[in-house]
Amino acid sequence: MKKKKELVISLVLIAVLIGILRLMEINISPQSKWAMLMTVLKKGSIYALVAVSMNLLNGFTGLFSLGQAGFMMIGAYTYAIFTIPADQREMVYMYYNGGIVKFAIPAICGVLLAGVFAAFFAFLIGIPVLRLKSDYLAIATLGFAEIMRALFQWDTLGPLTNGSNMLRSYPTPASASVIYPFVVSGVCIAVIVLMINSTYGRAFKAIRDDEIAAEAMGINLAHHKRIAFTVSSFFAGISGALLAMFQTNVQAKSFNSAMTYEILLIVVIGGIGSVTGSVISSFLFIACSEWLLRFLDEQHVIGEFTVPLMRSGFRKVVFSIIIMVIVLFFRQGIMGTREFSISGILNKISGRSRKAQKGEPK
Amino acid sequence: MRETVLKVENVTMQFGGVIAVDNMNLVVKKGEIVSMIGPNGAGKTTAFNVITGVYPPTNGAVYFNGEKIVENHPQGKMKKLYKGENNGQYSHVLAPTPDRITKLGIARTFQNIRLFKSQTVFENILIAEHLRRTSNLFSATFHLNGAEEAQMRSEADELLHILELDDVRDEMATSLPYGKQRRVEVARALATKPSLLLLDEPAAGMNPQETDELTAFIGRIRDDFNLTIFMIEHHMDLVMEISDRIYVLDFGKTIAEGIPEEIQNNPRVIEAYLGGAVDE
Repeated sequence: MKKKKELVISLVLIAVLIGILRLMEINISPQSKWAMLMTVLKKGSIYALVAVSMNLLNGFTGLFSLGQAGFMMIGAYTYAIFTIPADQREMVYMYYNGGIVKFAIPAICGVLLAGVFAAFFAFLIGIPVLRLKSDYLAIATLGFAEIMRALFQWDTLGPLTNGSNMLRSYPTPASASVIYPFVVSGVCIAVIVLMINSTYGRAFKAIRDDEIAAEAMGINLAHHKRIAFTVSSFFAGISGALLAMFQTNVQAKSFNSAMTYEILLIVVIGGIGSVTGSVISSFLFIACSEWLLRFLDEQHVIGEFTVPLMRSGFRKVVFSIIIMVIVLFFRQGIMGTREFSISGILNKISGRSRKAQKGEPK
Repeated sequence: MRETVLKVENVTMQFGGVIAVDNMNLVVKKGEIVSMIGPNGAGKTTAFNVITGVYPPTNGAVYFNGEKIVENHPQGKMKKLYKGENNGQYSHVLAPTPDRITKLGIARTFQNIRLFKSQTVFENILIAEHLRRTSNLFSATFHLNGAEEAQMRSEADELLHILELDDVRDEMATSLPYGKQRRVEVARALATKPSLLLLDEPAAGMNPQETDELTAFIGRIRDDFNLTIFMIEHHMDLVMEISDRIYVLDFGKTIAEGIPEEIQNNPRVIEAYLGGAVDE
């Protein structure tokens, strides 16, 4: 009964959220100063997905991987390459005689294919790389992401990737409406959460806590690490496709290691091992970097007095300080390993202790 | 005649130039409690690690229920370095990972407790149920395996009940007192439904009262779960009280074997433990 009630409340809240988003979209004109909010919501939801997928690896399986930007790039390119309308290809691939792909698939198939390709690459890379542990794994995955970036810009692959030129003119539903990235990211994050709560998720957490003990409990380390890595990359690929839509063009050079660090920061700020933490912090992070801290980059004059330091680039200084404060004083991040849930709040309100129902079959 | 559960045959484990286990031969029969004792650094835990697949032996084989589960012979650099006996007797390589060995029915605990620290007692036990899953990633993710999931949970609860750990079910595993943590670790090993249980110093760091409780506990689980138990232990009271047979290891070599009374009076054992020659 209780479960049903929770489900109904969740569905109502989701419907309300979508309604609000739709209203905002209609009422906020691109010229108003709130227009930036829509950008933040779109980009925030995309980053939320990739942050959660990274958290699945770093926070829940204990694999410190830094290849996320690489898998996003594979996803973004896959989406762009296969969805550019056939009649636009001549123009996009102007240096490569229209490229070698001569057909186009629907946008939603492109999104799925983006995930599949990213997962496939992750599977291949995982065979050698997942033998490594901690820092070595991080270095190897980071190296892989950089190699892929260079490879995608390689002239010889031009007919497929358009070399170092950008891909554009593909359908961009995530840029047109804020609801699209919200729904796709929401569904993907829900799947990740379901997986974390399944018996496989428990095995991942066991590997994170103690590999040797996990193996002694009959958990096949190689197999489960490969699953976590592949699934995480699948969703990174999907978020890459969404990002491609959002940006309306794709260029390999934007998927650099700085992007991976941004995602890692989101995960750390939100709390390693907390899905809701990652989601909250990705919206905060994008809001700060794209919108709220923008005023720091402008010169302000109060009367005769010119505020010192405030010039282009100062935003990044302030941002770095905020990050340092978080890492020094709030090492657990916003949420730690806790989760934010409707039933938790309901329980708080009705005054029941959480202990009484923790671990109860769901 | 009881059937043999575990047989270690000519196992030698050499790390570089150091022989940690030297030509070990031992047999554990069904329903027995067998102990392995020896001074620190005698190679007891190494022997456990060989049996459970943490690393393959340099030479030798291990049989479980009559079936060969581990076999190795000196290879590569070890061909020249090998100083042990029986070189050339084994020619196959059979080196399963620890999870395979657990699936066969050998469970173990660790010398330094290795509980999953961010999880409750119940979740710790539940993880061990994962190895008997029939659901794949897809059906588990979308919770299509409701019956199996419910069975896992009820089995874990039942085990907690039998081992009288109900009261700490939802506590964080690492917040428990030491003796309880040991029990949880044993419970977790039992949740894999083993027929052979390896205990690595189960009484380490326990006070006399906790040790007495543990002695009773080990005897009880052997009977309740139809187990064969092979353990490493330093507490002589415990070893002498519950062991059917004892193996004594010193510098990797088995120096004595027998029932507790024989071991207590064995001059070589006394020498190994107290040092120096024994005056007759």
